[in-house]
Amino acid sequence: METTRRDFLKVSAALGGGLALEFSFPLTAMAARGQTPAEVNAWVVIHPDDRVVVRIARSEMGQGTQTALAQLVAEELDADWSKVSTEFASPNEHIRRKRIWGSMSTGGSQGVRSSQDYVRKAGAAARLMLVEAAAARWKVPAAECIGANSVVTHAATGRRLRYGELAADAAKLTPPSNPPLRDPKDWKIAGKPLRRLDIPDKVLGKPVFGVDVVLPGMLHASIAQCPLFGGKLKGVDAAVAEKMRGVKKVVREADFVAVIADSWWRADQALKKLAIEWDEGADAQASSESIMKLLRDGLADPKLASARKVGDADTALAAAAKVIEAEYHSPYVNHATMEPQTCTAWFKADGTLEVWTSTQNAEASMAMAAETAGLPLEKVEVHKPMLGGGFGRRGAPQDFVKQGVLIAKAMPGTPVKMMWSRAEDMQHGYYRPASLVRMKAGLDAQGNVSAMQVGIACPSILALLRPEAIKDGVDFTAVRTLSDMPYGIPHQKIDYAMRNPRVPVGFWRAPGLQNAYYRECFIDELAVAAGRDPLEYRLAMLKPGDKNRLVLEAVAKAANWGGPLPAGVHRGIAVSDGFGSYTAMVAEVSVSNKGELKVHRVVSAIDSGYVVNPDTCRAQSEGNIAFMLGATQYQENTVAKGRMVEANFDQFRLLGLAEMPKVETVLVPTGGFWGGHGEPGALCVAPALCNAIYAATGKRIRSLPLKHHDLRKA
Amino acid sequence: MIKLNVNGKPRSVDVEGEMPLLFVLRDHLGLLGAKYGCGIGACGACTVHLDGMPVRSCSLPVAQAVGKKVVTIEGLSAKGMHKLQQAWIDHEVPQCGYCQTGMLMSAAALLAAKPVPTDADIDQAMTNLCRCGTYTRVREAIHAAAKPTAKKVGA
Repeated sequence: METTRRDFLKVSAALGGGLALEFSFPLTAMAARGQTPAEVNAWVVIHPDDRVVVRIARSEMGQGTQTALAQLVAEELDADWSKVSTEFASPNEHIRRKRIWGSMSTGGSQGVRSSQDYVRKAGAAARLMLVEAAAARWKVPAAECIGANSVVTHAATGRRLRYGELAADAAKLTPPSNPPLRDPKDWKIAGKPLRRLDIPDKVLGKPVFGVDVVLPGMLHASIAQCPLFGGKLKGVDAAVAEKMRGVKKVVREADFVAVIADSWWRADQALKKLAIEWDEGADAQASSESIMKLLRDGLADPKLASARKVGDADTALAAAAKVIEAEYHSPYVNHATMEPQTCTAWFKADGTLEVWTSTQNAEASMAMAAETAGLPLEKVEVHKPMLGGGFGRRGAPQDFVKQGVLIAKAMPGTPVKMMWSRAEDMQHGYYRPASLVRMKAGLDAQGNVSAMQVGIACPSILALLRPEAIKDGVDFTAVRTLSDMPYGIPHQKIDYAMRNPRVPVGFWRAPGLQNAYYRECFIDELAVAAGRDPLEYRLAMLKPGDKNRLVLEAVAKAANWGGPLPAGVHRGIAVSDGFGSYTAMVAEVSVSNKGELKVHRVVSAIDSGYVVNPDTCRAQSEGNIAFMLGATQYQENTVAKGRMVEANFDQFRLLGLAEMPKVETVLVPTGGFWGGHGEPGALCVAPALCNAIYAATGKRIRSLPLKHHDLRKA
Repeated sequence: MIKLNVNGKPRSVDVEGEMPLLFVLRDHLGLLGAKYGCGIGACGACTVHLDGMPVRSCSLPVAQAVGKKVVTIEGLSAKGMHKLQQAWIDHEVPQCGYCQTGMLMSAAALLAAKPVPTDADIDQAMTNLCRCGTYTRVREAIHAAAKPTAKKVGA
């Protein structure tokens, strides 16, 4: 990024432009500097001085996707890593070039695993083209030449040409259609803990996040959305606000009001002086209790959608030696990205619209901007700054883009940057769905699980954001981990009650992970009922060769499961696959006589098939643990009078540094598949933690967050 | 006109005295390193130094910064890098990076007061929130920067 940005800044200054140029026209910018970098293919640009710019289609929201993708391309290109930088591919160019960069969506832990094949092929193809260009110049067979470390060498004669000397010729060649890829065991750049490319700038405060966009003559906007889900704006008295210093305009839309001013604070101060009247809509009395009742009634529905049916669970339960039953619940939880939602939009005199937004899916942002503005896609450009966190909030829902565009539309010709206050972010999320699950298991005389019956009542994310993905009334994100258990349970009946209150729900880090909490705590209950060790109990239900088994064994070994612990410290274990990977976790906790929980250590094992950057994978493991320790202990978004109660971090507590346990991550990649890292490490935190609390206190935690529970020994 | 000393330079801004320092820095002085996270001083993404002390600039009226030295991430090190910034790179601390400038300012104030902090000192001083969960590495990097052998780049 750094090199590219400097290129841009220089040329922007020369042309009197703004940041627009910085992101839009990298090649133009470089050409203006008297250099002619060559686009060997859509992913690989090589400068005469050998600098390699790898185009990145996915967003960078902190997981290191940008660096991992560059590693994969550089590996196959066999580039000198010290000369590699990246730039984000332009969404507008993407559309004009028939979606040449594939998916721009960054979610579902897909950034690396879903693009690894074609980005590696792009790197390999570029290397073959550079080799071919050198061979042609030397008039020797290409097979006698090798491209390595940004140089092509003809072994027989010792002749050498740098990639930078060959790129222009290579760019003219026909790309090979299916270049062979390296065996990961031969990787030199991929698979190594190379330093992330974005970090040096980040410690200096240099990166441009969405909220940092600055454009000539730009104004700022603060927004107040209808606090009631589904409510509308009835009227606004803006007399006081309009006279306040710096205020330029009050924008009234169907379900929000915004103030545009010359600084964000002035806009926000004026916003607070608006007398707004809302039409509260049909759900003004909704509360967490009414939603819980809706879910509970859902479970009683005699006609539930079937998410899985194996054997005859009813008969098997009737014949069971012992039947265990439990009900679990978890609340709505907000993403609470540190950077609030933001969008800068600029309706330009030439009829085009430019948008800058922290987005996990630039194409979705572009579609929303175009639709809102009533412009064809070709007239819209979306610039992708750095994201101050994403966790799923900035992908499918593009509400902030719609708002940013509507606000800027009120000031044509002037760029307007909208930023949400934290309260807006807390109260207008696309929350992790609250859900209620009832599980019933039959054990045979030996304590083995013969049958399991599960009812899941959960609002549907897909119904709101991707209705076409619902199959036979089942939203797979609401039932996963329970509908696809790896355990050998002969009779299973897994049913789903879709109940959709107006509270918007969305893809929160590892969507559906509450089911891992339910399942793995319930399995723990069954192990206790059977009088068996929780690790041994799980292993006994997993087939030899199952990778869930492998990660369980790896985590047990790393955590010395069954070995001695300091006085008062207890362990819990959990396993889950998801997002392409297999994970298992051991949490070590103590609970004081006063009921105070301390998490001492968390050991996490992950099999993602391959590991592109072990250090960033470890960082994701640490991050997932912190994210989920906060959620499990403290976080919930409560509904009262049709709106969200919590407004800021004083009511929605994040984990603090002082509470961060020691983390040990065991990477056990077994090869042959590509799993993710952004989310899988989150799956086992709540169950491992709650199972450890049970071991410490005898208290079974069947609802979250923990703050509502008295953890003193039972 | 409000007269400030920011990163060693005199700056004048025509703003209300009650405007929080954060927005003066970001929207009026073009210093974008300090971030808005909560507006109530809870998260620390806006942390800057006021006469060497870490303050939450989102909740500090600019009038209270008059006559004091304001230092932001952009001025943490006059030339090159503060040893904490180097340690942050060595330990690959940031993920999304949004809160990290505030983290670094808090850590720098801690090291200025306690050159070799204990874990308990770090727990107490580092109340900045990070949604990505970089805490393990924040702690490691502070300890690394506190070692006498810590690399010092530039000033």
